[in-house]
Amino acid sequence: MFSPSHFTAVILFALCASVVFGITQRETPRRMMRYGLYCFALFVGSAFVLSWVMYLVAR
Amino acid sequence: MAANGTKTTQAEQGFVYGPLIAGWLVPGAGHFLLRKWGRGALLALAILGMFSLGIAMQGKVYTSASDILDILGLAGDLGNGMLYFVSRFAGLGASAVQVTTADYGTRFIVVAGLLNVIAAVDAHNLKTGRKPL
Repeated sequence: MFSPSHFTAVILFALCASVVFGITQRETPRRMMRYGLYCFALFVGSAFVLSWVMYLVAR
Repeated sequence: MAANGTKTTQAEQGFVYGPLIAGWLVPGAGHFLLRKWGRGALLALAILGMFSLGIAMQGKVYTSASDILDILGLAGDLGNGMLYFVSRFAGLGASAVQVTTADYGTRFIVVAGLLNVIAAVDAHNLKTGRKPL
């Protein structure tokens, strides 16, 4: 059984979702790549921000 | 302008729902039918990878729907097309979530299905000319 940490799961989820979003939501390869990277950064960045918010709320 | 019109006409030829159905049944197949090999391979890799990770994490494969959340989960799982039916037939995945990672895995399987639907609709848009080839 594969048991990733929460952060690893977020990275894997963001990677797969960003690839599909990039290819399907833009028309040229260059714009696909940029949009995919943008989505990946937003997924991972929002995970960091929400983690810190939950940490501070729980204190 | 004329060249663009010709391209649209070529894209609309034939059975326009072929890539949509193929893309739903097999991840990336809709793009392969349109000879978009690179895009199809990346989509297949991403969706198959996500589904496989979900199964490897002992995610739940929805088999019945008793409440609204189960119905939504089942709808998401059905988006995986043949992967869903093969996993049901082979008895892959867990019938109940027992550990934390299994909960992640359940979401991975549902989201893989939803992403597969997005990819299949993209193939359909390429076929109809709504999105440029």
